[in-house]
Amino acid sequence: MKKSVFLGALTVAGLAAGAAAAGTLDDVKARGTLNCGVTTGLVGFAAPDANGEWQGFDVGVCRAVAAAVLGDPSAVEFVPTTGQTRFTALASGEIDLLARNTTWTFSRDVDLKFEFVGINYYDGQGFMVPRELGVSSAKDLDGATVCIQTGTTTELNLADFFRTNNISYEPVPIETNAEAQQQYLAGACDVYTTDASGLAATRATFENPADHAILPEIISKEPLGPLVRHGDNEWGDVARWTLNALIAAEELGVTSANVEELAAGTNNPEINRMLGTEGELGAMLGLDAEWAKRAIMAGGNYGELFETHIGENTPIGLARGLNAQWTEGGLIYAPPFR
Amino acid sequence: MSETHAETTRFVRTEMLAEQEPPITEKGIVKWIRENLFSGWLNVILTVLSLFVIYWVLAALVPWLANSVWTTGSLAECREVLAEKGLNSHGGACFSVITERWPQLIFGFYPPELYWRPIVAFVIFLLGIAPVLFQSMPRQALWGSLAAPFLVYWMIWGGSLWGPIITAAGFGVGALAFVFIGKAAGNILGTISAILLPILFWLFLTGPIVAGLSGAIPLEITKVESNDIGGFMLALIIGISGIILSLPLGILLALGRQSHLFIINKVSVAFIEVIRGVPLIVWLFTASLLLNYFLPPGTNFDLMLRVIIMVTLFASAYIAEVVRGGLAALPKGQYEAADALGLDYAKSMRLIILPQALKISIPGIVNTFIGLFKDTTLVVFIGLLDPIGLSNAIRATTEWNGIYWELFIFIGLMFFIFCYSMSRYSIFLEKKLQREHR
Repeated sequence: MKKSVFLGALTVAGLAAGAAAAGTLDDVKARGTLNCGVTTGLVGFAAPDANGEWQGFDVGVCRAVAAAVLGDPSAVEFVPTTGQTRFTALASGEIDLLARNTTWTFSRDVDLKFEFVGINYYDGQGFMVPRELGVSSAKDLDGATVCIQTGTTTELNLADFFRTNNISYEPVPIETNAEAQQQYLAGACDVYTTDASGLAATRATFENPADHAILPEIISKEPLGPLVRHGDNEWGDVARWTLNALIAAEELGVTSANVEELAAGTNNPEINRMLGTEGELGAMLGLDAEWAKRAIMAGGNYGELFETHIGENTPIGLARGLNAQWTEGGLIYAPPFR
Repeated sequence: MSETHAETTRFVRTEMLAEQEPPITEKGIVKWIRENLFSGWLNVILTVLSLFVIYWVLAALVPWLANSVWTTGSLAECREVLAEKGLNSHGGACFSVITERWPQLIFGFYPPELYWRPIVAFVIFLLGIAPVLFQSMPRQALWGSLAAPFLVYWMIWGGSLWGPIITAAGFGVGALAFVFIGKAAGNILGTISAILLPILFWLFLTGPIVAGLSGAIPLEITKVESNDIGGFMLALIIGISGIILSLPLGILLALGRQSHLFIINKVSVAFIEVIRGVPLIVWLFTASLLLNYFLPPGTNFDLMLRVIIMVTLFASAYIAEVVRGGLAALPKGQYEAADALGLDYAKSMRLIILPQALKISIPGIVNTFIGLFKDTTLVVFIGLLDPIGLSNAIRATTEWNGIYWELFIFIGLMFFIFCYSMSRYSIFLEKKLQREHR
């Protein structure tokens, strides 16, 4: 708590200094590139490929915003951030947008003075154990050694969970997911806990994934989303509605393949409004009429991004689950484009 | 053959006996083994144990290296190839990750079509540093060494050549100020103006002059952002800049700490103790996080530059203490002799004290440099993609998730090559400067 108060105070100082600057949208347009904070590497969410191009689900959000604002999905300067540096980088203006699997929490939103523009992945914290341990529920983990990433919400959730259930554990603090994998496989800890998506991605890389079980308990809500600074609502709106456009596009059946064709005009007024053939939604955002079309063409709609980077056909193999459209029993839901 | 003993001598050998082979146990490898490995029961036991350990390590390592796979596109494919050979995933190394990613490990995200530029920069650096390191090189080449840093900067970051040229001209302004104002108004004013004038020059004149000259004769090459620099290139840039900048700064601090002038002495002591008393990682966090809040918003003060400054300050505090050790080791007579010759402070330091003190300090200085070079890997914690950071990023791709040893062995080997060459050079220098007869 003390740490967040300290960081919060710094943020306020940063904001007070930053208030005099022009709007982020104008800055980005003038600069010609979007400074987007991503993780230094998380399977499926952000990682550089062999050509040095960043790829991943979070990276897709950066590219969509860059395409909407600047017309070029490659006009992104990716700034790798760690769990410790991400918030300062955003608060100080080093990056315009942070798309780094960051959990939306009260204190981050209110105390640290950030604005979460939406949720692009509903995650939850889970546990992975070797099957030979014979554990079937997280409540059987009394006295276990647990590998846990420091500086994340998972650390706090873990403490809460074990306290609520009145069982004890011994934490093994680690810095990165890669380190955790190695420690877990080497037997330095009985249990590895992190977001369920991370567990699935980690398990997929094991030699014998079947030897490891992910326990049924999900002990926390981890709504992950992109965020911007407080106090610049125009920029926040651009980021929020770019994300919403990707989500709505999936619901309305607009894909990167057919968006060109649909942008010529359809008999669905909502698609027309979103793609700019009807109404002036783009102008209200301070962008041109085709902003959403470009955002969708950058990497596809929400569903396409999901399938390309983390979906069931990738090695990570995550099911849509909570992240299905609301029409299909999930929580992904975009407000109307009206 | 004197005739006096001709009758008393019954037998005299007239020719030399041919040399005989020494007994088999007293020569060559057998002797060496007997003397060094099996000279007593304790040594026999130790030798057998050591042989067993060596065998045990090699038995695991050699097949792993011999069966290594170099051409697959992902860890899963590599495991398949190993499985076809009837091996499990620990049966062979998957060095394919190096094959695929080595340009990234070396250059980071530097544009591939411009890879020649860092290579040229590295060659310029080597040419520039050679006359400094080896006295057998012609002394005129030292002028080239002065120009090298600016050329290296231009090669790596690109942009207009006028930027580095005019920045270099700032040093010329300082030198001129020192000579002319120093002559006209005395040493102290000369020194002050030699520091102030270049700073004013860089702050107010460099921008317009560069803009004007680039407008007239553009000498532009493609600009590359610091963000795109990573891997060993980043480690080398930070390490080498830190090493080159921290040595003079450290010597000045060491002299300052020995100085009898109250303020200079106390400032040097405070600087050294504060910088040395705080871990490097804290200074790096300060550079990356705190400075952002103190700088006016919108100033994009390059993160790499901030890191280089912090690393330099950190190393210079250590160098200062190493050099102070060298200064303290000199007999007092050397200082008195310098005074007795009527040399002023600058001359006595330059001609008598420092050459001896620095020679004593060589192992310590090189030790600090090697430590500094390896410490550059700490930048991974502030999100810079040095080799270690890149190894994490590479592991975060679906192709290579779960690969460890191969990457770390490669990185370790590269660091070893650099550190070992530094250590060899230090030994060469010590031998060359050897004056005592031991």
